[in-house]
Amino acid sequence: MIIPRVPAQHRRLLPDRRLSGPTPWVIAILMLLTLLAAAAGVGLARSANAIGDAIAGRVTVQIVTANPITRAEQAAALRRAAAAQPFVRSARAVEQAELRATLGQWFGSAEGDDPVLQSLPLPALVDIDFVGEDRAGHMAQLRALVERVAPGARIIPHAEWLGPVARLIRSLAWIAGALVLLMTAASAAIVIMTARAALGTHYATIEMLHLIGATDQQITRLFQRRIAIDTAYGIALGTAVAAAILLLIGWQWSGITSGLAATASLGAAGWALLLALPLLAIALAALTARQTLLAALQKIL
Amino acid sequence: MVEFSGVGLRYGPDAEVLSDVSFNLQPGSFYFLTGASGAGKTSLLKMLYLAQRPSRGIVRLFGEDLVSMPRHRLPGFRRRIGVVFQDFRLIPHLSARDNIALPLRIAGVSEEDLSGPVGEMLSWIGLGDRAHAFPPTLSGGEQQRVAIARAVIARPQLLVADEPTGNVDPDMAMRLLGLFEALNRLGTTVVVATHDIHLISRIENAQMMRLEKGRLSDPTGALRYPPNRS
Ligand SMILES: Nc1ncnc2c1ncn2[C@@H]1O[C@H](COP(=O)(O)OP(=O)(O)OP(=O)(O)O)[C@@H](O)[C@H]1O
Ligand SMILES: [Mg+2]
Repeated sequence: MIIPRVPAQHRRLLPDRRLSGPTPWVIAILMLLTLLAAAAGVGLARSANAIGDAIAGRVTVQIVTANPITRAEQAAALRRAAAAQPFVRSARAVEQAELRATLGQWFGSAEGDDPVLQSLPLPALVDIDFVGEDRAGHMAQLRALVERVAPGARIIPHAEWLGPVARLIRSLAWIAGALVLLMTAASAAIVIMTARAALGTHYATIEMLHLIGATDQQITRLFQRRIAIDTAYGIALGTAVAAAILLLIGWQWSGITSGLAATASLGAAGWALLLALPLLAIALAALTARQTLLAALQKIL
Repeated sequence: MVEFSGVGLRYGPDAEVLSDVSFNLQPGSFYFLTGASGAGKTSLLKMLYLAQRPSRGIVRLFGEDLVSMPRHRLPGFRRRIGVVFQDFRLIPHLSARDNIALPLRIAGVSEEDLSGPVGEMLSWIGLGDRAHAFPPTLSGGEQQRVAIARAVIARPQLLVADEPTGNVDPDMAMRLLGLFEALNRLGTTVVVATHDIHLISRIENAQMMRLEKGRLSDPTGALRYPPNRS
């Protein structure tokens, strides 16, 4: 069906010019680009989801009370009170040392022992993760709680500042998906042009075959086999290069263990999709060739 | 066997190349088709070997109406017809042997079953030692013989030959005509288009049809009085 069986004696009807035309190479390039776009799409979609999940139910409460002792007490009280609420999954007070270490990276002292930094009045931060989906309800309850325990503190939902980033990444993923579809269409167009060109080149042979009683099916099998083999070579080549590139990128990323890169790995479903694409492409090319050939032969008596 | 009735043919919007052509071909008969160059012989034969549908009129072949026959049934009919084309139409990248074997292979005959007949046919047309030569390396006459071998190899019920002896010497012409005659004796209906009056006189019982400017005349009465071949 995909690569039809044609007796060896019949194969000679088409002179052997395998991989001589541009088709396999164009198909290889398109397959490479398709796989890279698909990999980018899968990776971006997964990052967007990961970010979305991470930020959806998380807020940070920032306590800026001037007196450092009151500030620490309020933070501890808020953490305890929040953790006791049914709508809170976890509440964590961010250690001052941790904050200093983070800020220290900008001050040029990784340990946070810079004297200027030591003297800075840092806010107390409490990270809170909600349970469930009722974000607005949770926020209202938390606001009331904060008003009681640490008046004047600010509540910062993470979705507010990471949300646009997640949305941007998601639209990039959609664009990558659209590119995959466009390149699939372009590949199909190449196959159609190849099939038509093959019919043109071998028109005399086809006419002859018709006149001695060959059926459209017989002639189609002959050409479909040739085109399917040629495109399969192209697809295999494009896939091999794409695999090499993706493995190289994966290897480089595995060195960067933190940040967004770590969340962008493709996952089992992603790899399965990437493996399925070349197989689908081979089937699509063969079926496109077949339909084109049958339709064109219909027009000859 | 073959029935044309009021058949007309035009290519595109031009005037008709053939007009009001009517005849009946009897099974097992031998017909010559003559006429000046451009009279429409090839055009008539094309309808006979199903390369062309008529613009009007009725064509019946093996008892079936060809004008309204759906496309997918044509291959079955074509396998019962052998054709020698005026311009040979050998497939240039197939050897002489493969060209001759083609109709059998298309019909699904196995390699074992076809190698005997194809070999015999090759030696019969005197090309036994050129079996693996490609058509472009063969002389015009040799190509013509391959074309004829291809037309008769599958023992067609109807053999249509368009100027089949145009490129061979008189001896070979007679040999090839002998082949047609032998086939005819086995029951094949033969239609040969030719200019060669000499050839026509060589076949006993052959009937003659004549085309003049796209119209059929019937000098020997072959069409009005079908030969009796009891
Ligand atoms: N495919 C075609 N398109 C248009 N006109 C054609 C076509 N084939 C043949 N004709 C015209 O039809 C007429 C008859 O041509 P045909 O080939 O049937 O003649 P013929 O009797 O076989 O001649 P010859 O003895 O030279 O082979 C000619 O005037 C020719 O120009
Ligand atoms: Mg002619």
